[in-house]
Amino acid sequence: MIPEIGHFALILALCVAVVQGILPIYGAAVGNSALMAVAKPAARGQFLLVLTAFCCLGYAFAEKDFSVLYVAATSNSQLPLHYRLAAIWGAHEGSLLLWTFILTVWMFAVTLFSAHLPEATRSRILGVMGLVSVGFLLFMLTVSNPFERLIPAAPDGRDLNPLLQDPGMVIHPPMLYMGYVGFSVAFAFAIAALLGGNLDAAWARWSRPWTTVAWCFLTVGIAMGSGWAYYELGWGGWWFWDPVENASFMPWLAGTALVHSLAVTDKRGGFKVWTVLLAIMAFSLSLLGTFLVRSGVLTSVHAFATDPKRGLFILVFLAIVIGGSLALYAWRAPRVGLGGSFAMLSREGMLLANNVLLVAAMGSVLLGTLYPLFLDALDLGKISVGPPYFDSVFVPLMAPAVFLMGIGPLAQWKKASLPDLAKRLRWAFGVSVVTALALPVVMGNWAPLLSLGLLLAIWIVTTAIVTLRERLAHVNGDTLLERLASVPRSYWGMVVAHCGIAVFIVGVTMVKGFETEKDVRMNVGETATIGDYTFRFDGAQDVVGPNYTAARGIFHVSRDGHETTVLYPEKRRYPVQNQVMTEAAIDPGLLRDLYVSLGEPLDDGAWSVRLYHKPFVDWIWGGCFIMALGGVLAVSDRRYRIAWRRQEPAVPASTRTAGRKVA
Amino acid sequence: MNRFLLPLSIFIVVVVFLGVGLRLNPREIPSPLVGKAAPDFSQPQLYDPANVFSPADLKGKVWLLNFWASWCSGCRTEHPVLMELAKSGEVPIYGMDYKDQRDEAMTWLRRWGNPYPVVGVDDAGRVGINYGVYGVPETYVIDKQGVIRYKQIGPLDPDTVAEKILPLVKQLESQ
Repeated sequence: MIPEIGHFALILALCVAVVQGILPIYGAAVGNSALMAVAKPAARGQFLLVLTAFCCLGYAFAEKDFSVLYVAATSNSQLPLHYRLAAIWGAHEGSLLLWTFILTVWMFAVTLFSAHLPEATRSRILGVMGLVSVGFLLFMLTVSNPFERLIPAAPDGRDLNPLLQDPGMVIHPPMLYMGYVGFSVAFAFAIAALLGGNLDAAWARWSRPWTTVAWCFLTVGIAMGSGWAYYELGWGGWWFWDPVENASFMPWLAGTALVHSLAVTDKRGGFKVWTVLLAIMAFSLSLLGTFLVRSGVLTSVHAFATDPKRGLFILVFLAIVIGGSLALYAWRAPRVGLGGSFAMLSREGMLLANNVLLVAAMGSVLLGTLYPLFLDALDLGKISVGPPYFDSVFVPLMAPAVFLMGIGPLAQWKKASLPDLAKRLRWAFGVSVVTALALPVVMGNWAPLLSLGLLLAIWIVTTAIVTLRERLAHVNGDTLLERLASVPRSYWGMVVAHCGIAVFIVGVTMVKGFETEKDVRMNVGETATIGDYTFRFDGAQDVVGPNYTAARGIFHVSRDGHETTVLYPEKRRYPVQNQVMTEAAIDPGLLRDLYVSLGEPLDDGAWSVRLYHKPFVDWIWGGCFIMALGGVLAVSDRRYRIAWRRQEPAVPASTRTAGRKVA
Repeated sequence: MNRFLLPLSIFIVVVVFLGVGLRLNPREIPSPLVGKAAPDFSQPQLYDPANVFSPADLKGKVWLLNFWASWCSGCRTEHPVLMELAKSGEVPIYGMDYKDQRDEAMTWLRRWGNPYPVVGVDDAGRVGINYGVYGVPETYVIDKQGVIRYKQIGPLDPDTVAEKILPLVKQLESQ
């Protein structure tokens, strides 16, 4: 019964979405406010209906209802509750429901925080989101229904893929989807502006916080996925340039460009056409990612079970949504006109250069991801494009972008002077170069890439200090603390996010330059040394988990004769799917991770063991979280709070005036 | 060309490729072993561990080598096809029990039927490594000179057998 309620709720949601996608947009076109007024209640209704469906599926998982095909396929009676709930998005159908649910969450948020928007704009935004939602609901109801029954019911489920039975699974997909789908708001704003022909600074000001929030979620989502791969796959890598990783990274690159482009449109009225295109691009790449994961056109560890019918459906949907919006762009954008002119050496110029580099990086990731497909389609053979390509393309594109990142915030709008910039930055530059050259020598391993990485990281931090000092000189306040407090939050956001990049670069550089690893056979009682650390293997015990059995190795780690920690890596066997999983044991630290994973059992209780010493590896994810923190700071800026407080008109006019009299 | 149409044009090209890509299978990787001599092995037989099974015994015959295991669900899917093919007598199928438990393998064959005249045991997976096995089931067509002529990754289905395997076997037999 409950699954049928969920199914029915989805059908109703589709009906509502159709209404929401048509009436408000038409109403906005003809200026009929009754039709436009449909948008808000429709969006809220749709949110409640999809929420109902989502809860119904959750209930089916919690109650182990194996008469639902999807539940039987992705869970098992032995699976703990939190993983049963996470199994909602453990495979294709349910993750699609999560996608749609999050889309309606964003819609609901738009209805809450859009009172200050003109009615026509709001109606168009919600209308566009409604149309996107129509596509996803149709997709679910036609070829990927999560509520499909299995009659007779299975006695037990086939279990969630053991690789996904991890705390990362509970939080990584929702975060990532919040980011992916969050770009739909910026996309809807852009389409609404194209439809209404009002691409102005106000449009950019409204889009900015939405884009930043989505970007934060995506940043955190990607970082969590990377961290998960690091400890779950058992060989210590943190990024693999896997097609599906790339699929999440491309919207991030486009989104990062969009965040910066919006700043120019907001502050200077420039880059309008470019900003619109980036908004379309960021969301299109999110949709493309969805297609790549679910259609089976590329091989990837993440790919869901594939079905050509599904692939075709998403491809047609993709063609309509992206093709339609790019056609609209080609039709309306030429009339937008250009913003104010600016010299190449100016803040606009540097932001433009930064954007071009980010988009070029995005393009090269796209090319590398789709290249095997292109060759295969042209019958030119099968190849796979791996890390060597991506590394060699990515570093040369990002290095100048990061260099500009240091100068951009110091340059004046419109026109900056090179001698002036050089004078203000000479200390930062000198300090960066000297430290970057000297530091690796001191640490005993000089390599060009190592120095380059450190140079970029130190450059970001030193230029940030210079920027901040100059800024502090221009704000009011007697004490340093007062002056620090009067720097706007959005400015702090930028500084923090940029420093996040620096932290990230330090992590990547140090791991590449100084990590050590050992692949050894260890007998019980034997020791192996890596870096300053000695690992003693004290044998492996059999342990029994809720739905697996495992061999758990015991490693005593010591440094200079003092015990540092004890690590327990596991080799787990999940009987339902007969899969073996490696659970690495990690001793994390600010300056280094110690990482042990079990290979294969050998004779006499010996094991093949992989040991890693990874300096600064946690800075990689720390940097991402700092970037996201920067985004949060930017969104919490006063000007948005004021904008939202002004949204009172949501209450009827009479009560509003009454309220004011009392006040 | 109008520069505002450029994004749309790029997108159309990508969509066309994605559309073509939908009909391709990226997992279908041509085996470098096709056209080369089948790697030699001599493995104990499942039902008669004292005797070995070796490709040398089959020189002069066209035969199939099928890697399977009792723990593999794809093998279960494929099994009726193998039984049918064995019954037709068109081509002998030799089995290689891959990384499996002997008793479980025998139980499995007792339960679902045994299409193989001889089953070799590859409990350590060494033969699998030499043949470049990605995962079971995999099936190789080997000709009279002991050269691999075709490799099927994943379960055989009736269409593949009728359209690829059998015509190839006929052609090889007539040589």
